[in-house]
Amino acid sequence: MLPLLVAAMAFLAALALAGEVGVRALAAHWQEGAGSALTVQVPRPNGEENGQARIDRALDVLRDTPGVASAHALSDRELADLLRPWLGGGDERLSIPLPGVIAVRLAPGAADPEQLASRLATAVPGTLTESHGVWMQRLSLLAGSLQACAWLALAVVAAVAAAVVAIATRAGLAARREAIEIVHGLGATDGYIANRFAGRTTALAAVGGLLGALAALPVLLALAWLVAPFAAARPEGVADPSGLALLAVLPGPLWLVLPALPMATAAIGFLTAQGTVRRWLRRLP
Amino acid sequence: MVQLESVGLQYHPAGADRPGPEVLHDVSFAVPRGGFRWLLGPSGAGKSSLLRLLHLAVRPTSGRLTVMGTEVAHAERRALPALRRRIGMVFQEFRLLPHLSAYDNVALPLRIAGRPEGQIRADVTAMLHWVGLEKAGETRPAELSGGEQQRVAIARAVVNRPDLLLADEPTGNLDDTQAERLMVLLAELNRLGTTVIVATHNDTLVARHPGAALRLDSGRLFARD
Repeated sequence: MLPLLVAAMAFLAALALAGEVGVRALAAHWQEGAGSALTVQVPRPNGEENGQARIDRALDVLRDTPGVASAHALSDRELADLLRPWLGGGDERLSIPLPGVIAVRLAPGAADPEQLASRLATAVPGTLTESHGVWMQRLSLLAGSLQACAWLALAVVAAVAAAVVAIATRAGLAARREAIEIVHGLGATDGYIANRFAGRTTALAAVGGLLGALAALPVLLALAWLVAPFAAARPEGVADPSGLALLAVLPGPLWLVLPALPMATAAIGFLTAQGTVRRWLRRLP
Repeated sequence: MVQLESVGLQYHPAGADRPGPEVLHDVSFAVPRGGFRWLLGPSGAGKSSLLRLLHLAVRPTSGRLTVMGTEVAHAERRALPALRRRIGMVFQEFRLLPHLSAYDNVALPLRIAGRPEGQIRADVTAMLHWVGLEKAGETRPAELSGGEQQRVAIARAVVNRPDLLLADEPTGNLDDTQAERLMVLLAELNRLGTTVIVATHNDTLVARHPGAALRLDSGRLFARD
């Protein structure tokens, strides 16, 4: 019974840890160069402004602005990639006019986005400058909250696992009360008796942790496969989720976490059993 | 070896906020190293409680109990296991571990003391031979007769060469021949220097093996002779 209960706890812990790792990966991906990124939309990019294409004019203004690390006009193809999730792919181009889009990267802490926005609007009327900073703050907050939830879930799962081990140990002590009293009477120390119990409990908890980790593996692989496009982690050339290549989608940290689960449950089993037995033995002189 | 000065004992029943009645009252005596004592008295006189005190299974509630130089009432809890390992105890109901073979039951005190397996094998084999059970090593207690179980219990009590051997009605489950054989074993241990205290109400046995006696009645010590 104990290994199965511990396996269930380990399974939940694996899910919580996967959530933590996943959110961390997504947040890191979103935040790549985060706070210092801007998107500039230029409506009618090929229209003329001061004898120059409006998009080129906007680029010139950006390149003349100190503190702008890079400004890159998205090509039609890049734009199409960006819009595909919402407007679909396919070569028949949309009939609605698309604005030109410039991805801007600012040197850290240099230019003031508001000032830059007004300069652009003066030079090329109609441009919209969107700072990612606000969104990044909101996403960071969300990611942080999700990570905190994952850690909380992990702590609760660990506490429940410890409680399960303590209850099982107490039941074992009650069932072997007479044998323990005999061994105690023969001069066994608390440590000797606790080690006997903890050794068995540690093994059972480790088996439980192993079962839980193995049960969690397919679920995590499926989740990782679903998350991969968002985290840009789907390896090149893996078209369908089958075979060994699938294993590559699982984030590296999870390959450390999963083998650590049996060790963690074993540690919880050992420490809880030791504590429970030693406290119980205090009733004997 | 053992010294009691005005020792009293009350049990604290589990869950009760007041201690139970006093099962031993104002008991004083001393047994020197290598001594032998019968512990006599009717059932309920407190013989078993006195042996439990001497075996450090309970601590006295009053008075002063000194066992092998350690004052028991105030000794640190962690000091007691080492002391218990120097005391052998034979219970009336044997108290063998049912899931262990006779060999492993006898080996238990040595394993608890952390002796090397090689020495354990030699000692346990010799001990089983001494009690006439050299062929019963792999047998579990349930498959042994009462007398054989008693001999396993005695082998377990003395395998560690205790300085103090306590026996509570050790002949209660034995016929006369086996009881006689047990007394010979105890006398031999005593001759080899072990302090021995035997609680019994088997008067024939005491008559055949006269020795100094402690007489208990209603928790009080009536005679030391």
